[in-house]
Amino acid sequence: MSGIRRYLVRKIIIYILTFIFAVTIDFIIPRLMPGDPIAVLLSRFATLPDVTKYLHSYFMQAFGLDKPLWVQYITFWKAVLHGDLGISIYYYPKPVAQIIKEALPYDLALLVPSIVASWIVGNWLGALAGKNRKLDSYLMPIFYFLQASPYFWFAILLAYLFSVKLGWFPIAGAYSYGIIPSLSWTFIKDYLHHWFLPFLSLFLVQLGGWAIGMRNMIIYEIEADYARYLESLGASERLIMKHAFKNAMLPQITGLALQLGLIVAGNVTVQVVFSYPGIGYVLMQGILNQDYFLIQGCFLVIILNVLVANFLIDLLYAVVDPRVRSAYMEGA
Amino acid sequence: MKRTLSIVLGLVVLISLLGPVMAQEELPRTETLYVGGGLWSQPNNFNPLVSWAAVTGTIGLIYETLFIYDPLRDKLEPWLAESGKWVNDTVYEIKLREGLTWQDGKPLTAEDVKFTFELAKKYPGISFSPIWSWLGEVKVIDNRTVQFIFKEPHYEEWKYWLYNIPIVPEHIWKNIKDPVNYANTDNPVGSGMYKLYKRDQMRAIFIRNDKWWGIKYFGKPAPKYIVYVIVYSNNLALSMLVKGDLDWSNFFIPGVPDVKSKYGIVTWFDKAPYHLPANTAFLFLNNQKPPLNNPEFRRAIAYAINPKEIAARASQNQVTPADPTGLLIQYPAFKKIYYKEAVEKYGFTYDPKKANEILDKLRFKDVNGDGYREFPDGKPLKLTIIVPYGWTDWMEMARIISEQLGLVGIRVEPKFPDFSKYYEDLTKGTFEMAINNFGSQVYATPWQWFNWLLYPGVTPIGKPTYSGNWGRYKNEKVAELLHLINIEKDENKKLQYYHELQEIFLKDLPYIPLVYNGAWFEASTQYWTNWPTEHNPYAFPITWQGYWQMGGLKTLLGIKPAQKSTETVKEKTQTVVVTETVVKTETEKITETPTTTQSQSSPTTTATEGGICGPAAIIGLAAIPLFLRRRK
Repeated sequence: MSGIRRYLVRKIIIYILTFIFAVTIDFIIPRLMPGDPIAVLLSRFATLPDVTKYLHSYFMQAFGLDKPLWVQYITFWKAVLHGDLGISIYYYPKPVAQIIKEALPYDLALLVPSIVASWIVGNWLGALAGKNRKLDSYLMPIFYFLQASPYFWFAILLAYLFSVKLGWFPIAGAYSYGIIPSLSWTFIKDYLHHWFLPFLSLFLVQLGGWAIGMRNMIIYEIEADYARYLESLGASERLIMKHAFKNAMLPQITGLALQLGLIVAGNVTVQVVFSYPGIGYVLMQGILNQDYFLIQGCFLVIILNVLVANFLIDLLYAVVDPRVRSAYMEGA
Repeated sequence: MKRTLSIVLGLVVLISLLGPVMAQEELPRTETLYVGGGLWSQPNNFNPLVSWAAVTGTIGLIYETLFIYDPLRDKLEPWLAESGKWVNDTVYEIKLREGLTWQDGKPLTAEDVKFTFELAKKYPGISFSPIWSWLGEVKVIDNRTVQFIFKEPHYEEWKYWLYNIPIVPEHIWKNIKDPVNYANTDNPVGSGMYKLYKRDQMRAIFIRNDKWWGIKYFGKPAPKYIVYVIVYSNNLALSMLVKGDLDWSNFFIPGVPDVKSKYGIVTWFDKAPYHLPANTAFLFLNNQKPPLNNPEFRRAIAYAINPKEIAARASQNQVTPADPTGLLIQYPAFKKIYYKEAVEKYGFTYDPKKANEILDKLRFKDVNGDGYREFPDGKPLKLTIIVPYGWTDWMEMARIISEQLGLVGIRVEPKFPDFSKYYEDLTKGTFEMAINNFGSQVYATPWQWFNWLLYPGVTPIGKPTYSGNWGRYKNEKVAELLHLINIEKDENKKLQYYHELQEIFLKDLPYIPLVYNGAWFEASTQYWTNWPTEHNPYAFPITWQGYWQMGGLKTLLGIKPAQKSTETVKEKTQTVVVTETVVKTETEKITETPTTTQSQSSPTTTATEGGICGPAAIIGLAAIPLFLRRRK
């Protein structure tokens, strides 16, 4: 047991250090961008120059942007530790936490199904390809094509084909402008209608990666000594596949963790293409308008997201993979 | 696997059963007006006191001003106020209308007006608080009469504030601790013809206030709901407009002539330029940087630029070349101060020959034979022109100007930084040439237009300025004239000052007027008719923030439901319903969405099929692996 504890303690320390480092970068990067967020904010409305001048200094103070950088940094950490992400400049005066809270459901509804579905389908198709040489020669080019497509490019392609050309799906938003969200069939149908294309582009691009990984692993496993041994014992193909599949799954779980980190980036571009009101879209708005607090908040969520996902996978590894456990057991 | 499947199926059944039971709401299309063009981020702020951050419609639809301003007639029209006049040189008195009420039923009185103004004295973050540097006191005379007593009356500025300060209810705002940071999103109570109904990340929905005080004066606006949508691009706005998803658009839409003839879209003019001008786009020159600090050099640039080509190539002739003064002389407020003689004497037109002559005279010559001129001392001459990335029409303008200046031997490179970088360079004066139009719009007073453009209180280069005097043009006489116009009551003297101002501008030419940016307006007649146009000019049909009180409200009062077309639409939908009864459990309301495509092409049916296709495809996709897995 102490082995696992040591493993965990080490992991947690690494995660905390990563977190501090990531948050610091998160603080610095937006401030290195050229431009003045308050000026950008006030540029939206034409009024008398005296008024603008006056409001500019007022809001520089109100947002604490007139203070030296290190003071801002300390204030920022204090706020983060209190769970306070500040007030958005661009979406003034909405708190960043609330913006994220409202955007998050859209991300989850898009991410979780697309990751899970592509993982399942991808692994299954990959295994199929690994087993069946003939199928493999058809499927592999498709997988490679999918995997190599950038998210935004693929999203634009789908948007062009299915919304602009065929008109099957709406091109932007999470639901129609004329519908009030409610738990009704009308709304759900409308929601799914808008959800489908962003989902599909995430699903397809990820699918390629999973399938290629799985296919390669399966081929490797089938040729492994234990598989040949089983074969010589006259075991059924089904049994061999079962073992091969089990062994091939491990790297795929690692992959899932990595993907969870990477997907956030992919999700941003997909949401921008479809104007889907998740965190990706909000983040993009924040960056374009130099909203320090909003950028920080979004990145913080993304950082936490990646760290937690990785941590969970680490935990899972300790349970699933005996090698990890034993490595720490021996040391104990 | 069987279990998962049955759970999924169970959920689907459950949802579809729940559907009709749960309250479902879809706005009735024939009573709803879809508007876009003035909402650029989530509608989060309905606080009229921070007008620069408030959602469009906050002032106008919900909160109202004492007057509205009609730029087409140059008239401050009474709104909450019944009348307003200068009692003497320093006292302005307004009389409120009879029977004004807040949306919660309480009466709107002189006390509310006083309270609103004094709020800005107490809280410096409120947009109109600088007014207190020259306003002395707000005095309530009786329930309907208020006097404003000025320390130093700024007559022109006051005119602007009269139609820009929203009156808020005292009984609500006196309890709000921090009125500057108050988002006011939960049931804002104003006095206006619409109330906030719902809002989310992509739109704000307003519902008609059927107890509006103004019904007895102006009648009732026809739309029951107004959905103000965020549209992410001009192209998207175009497709929404032709499909009938957008009734009233204030976007620049490419290819208006085509759209007009094919889909019967209404614009102000039937022919080019199709739109009224909204503001002046200038080529701003850095007046502190050689050689742009030389008025003669600036004049050469003015001669070298052909605004006709700019209007044609960059904006498809949807804009018109600007007058040498840049003034929006299409509007009476500007026309009456226009100094034609000065323009005849000092004005300029496109004449590259003259530009070459001036440059030769200034001894800017091509020494090294690369086709471009150098400074008289032989130093290379290279200028840049900045425009925000993605503002495609301006980007094209910058390219055309570079080409045109290249023809007279001035090397100019167009640059497209991101907006925030562009805006930083512009405000800090670190640019050489830039295109901009932010505050050069139509106002009740041309003073404000000049004050934006030639604002005397500019900061040194490197510190942000907050006016439109980006290039930091300095002239003592201009500063004096601007001040005099503001504090002068005599109209004749005022006119004299305006004339002097124009003469100085034309002689010095600190900036070069390019084109009049359009007051983009395209409307669909599918659900709403009687839009204002050149033939029926009852209002200035713009809904941008700050423009509702300049014509948006009057447009709302003027439009009428298009009875005929909605009936034909209904017939159409019924046929659609028959073909797809399978999925639709409850139809009447639902089917009003697909009617949006009434144009001759047939995306109507495909669009509705997509509705079934989406979920079906997902379920199908999800089910495939399950089925195949079971077979193994």
